[in-house]
Amino acid sequence: MLNPRTDLPLDRDSHGRFLPWIIAFVVFLASLALAGTLFLDSLAAGWERGVSATLSVQIPASGDEADDDRRTDAALIGLRSAPGVVRADLVSAERVAALLEPWLGPATAAGDLPLPRLIDVEIDDDVEVAELTRALQARVPDATIDDHRVWLDRLVRLVRAIELLAGATLALMSAATAGTVVFATRTGLAVHQDVIEVLHLIGAQDAYIARQFARRAQAHAIRGAAVGLALAVPTLGAIGYLATRLEPELLPELSLSPIGWSAFLVLPLAAAAIAAVTARLTVIRSLARMP
Amino acid sequence: MPHEENGRVIEFENVGLRYGLGPEVLQDVTFSLPAGSFHFLVGPSGAGKSSLLRLMYLALKPSRGLITLFGRDIATTPRRALPALRRRIGVVFQDFRLLNHLSAFDNVALPLRVAGNREDDVRKHVIELLSWVGLKDHVGARPPTLSGGQQQKVAIARAVIGRPRLLLADEPTGNIDDKMAFRLMHLFEELNKLGTTVVIATHNEALVARVGHGCLRLDQGHFAAEPGIEGVSGSPAPVGRTAGGTRDRLLRSSAGDAA
Repeated sequence: MLNPRTDLPLDRDSHGRFLPWIIAFVVFLASLALAGTLFLDSLAAGWERGVSATLSVQIPASGDEADDDRRTDAALIGLRSAPGVVRADLVSAERVAALLEPWLGPATAAGDLPLPRLIDVEIDDDVEVAELTRALQARVPDATIDDHRVWLDRLVRLVRAIELLAGATLALMSAATAGTVVFATRTGLAVHQDVIEVLHLIGAQDAYIARQFARRAQAHAIRGAAVGLALAVPTLGAIGYLATRLEPELLPELSLSPIGWSAFLVLPLAAAAIAAVTARLTVIRSLARMP
Repeated sequence: MPHEENGRVIEFENVGLRYGLGPEVLQDVTFSLPAGSFHFLVGPSGAGKSSLLRLMYLALKPSRGLITLFGRDIATTPRRALPALRRRIGVVFQDFRLLNHLSAFDNVALPLRVAGNREDDVRKHVIELLSWVGLKDHVGARPPTLSGGQQQKVAIARAVIGRPRLLLADEPTGNIDDKMAFRLMHLFEELNKLGTTVVIATHNEALVARVGHGCLRLDQGHFAAEPGIEGVSGSPAPVGRTAGGTRDRLLRSSAGDAA
């Protein structure tokens, strides 16, 4: 597979030698794009899982502490008695102040500002949020429920857009690979025109000649892809290590499913297939001009 | 052969050929060659001998006229069917056109390989044929390391390995001495006796006179004497039987069924 016998002296061509390196580079970049896509996918799935089971209930501050306490208790009782609610806990004032501090400064910690009461609610997956909201607002009219849906939807949309971009990048890289193979093959056809004519005249089918170019391009692609993949693995490992050291809580573990791993193994095969098919079509198109 | 009609290997009817927009290098060429015949194609340099041969081995398409090869009209034969026809034609090119990066063995093996023969058959036949032409010790040599005469033998071996029905040679005696040329003619006659139709383009009239066969005489793109066919006879000229039994057997077995 790596050293096919050919009637054409293709393995001595200097113009073909750059092909494995270009394919190595492309496969390297494609591996990074693929890893990014898989990572974002698992990130989005993780968010979805973590967020969809929780709600935040906010009781706006009225300026009257006693009234706030009363409304909060009413909301807690209502929530805890509602079907599908696993847990409903008041977030302590200190915690709320700590959460707001990055935005509002130390003033919040000093208790100078009226803070809303927050209730952290954990629910079953099948709970109707709208139903729950109605029940809650019957008891506490100005309470609001945030199911994080808007926030999550935006993030997921962003992630999907980036994934689409990565996909487009992969498609462009495939096109670039094909273009390179076309160029190398055309050069080979021109260089070996005499030999090709002899093969043609002694009765070689176009496919026989095309096969030699296709096998050579495929061998180049497999070699290049192996190099590219070999460089990509430690790079990805380093990126993953740095990421977990910087933000271990925010980022999920970069672990690949079997499907993820096989996606990486598809890259060299795809490169080889693109190279072989492109070379074959280029040769057949070119030879069609001969009588 | 299924398509072969009335024993004619090749027929030209009012064939004309021009390169690009230039003048016609061949005009109204009409002839037909019976299976098993032996012909010289003679004429001065520039008369169009090479062009005519190129039409015959399907390296060119005619600008006009009708070419029928092994009973098939070339113009209406689909392109993908042409390689099979080419495999039934052996060509000794003027400059041999050997592949310099391949050994003598691989050069001779090419026609069998492109025809998809099994590699052990290829090996057997090629070694036999190379031994027969006297290159047994040069099987692995690349053409540039061989002498002119040896290269010519490789070229001839490559032309006949597929046991062609039609053998075309373009100035095969161009750069060899008379003695070698005569031996070469003898070899072509041997092949002819096995049923191969032979056409040899040459301007060596002395040789033609000495060997004596039918002549296709080209002059300035058309046949000199109308109707342009002299000596086109169905039977090859008689040649004294030589001790060719071994060669015959070798050729027969080496040819196999390559086409």
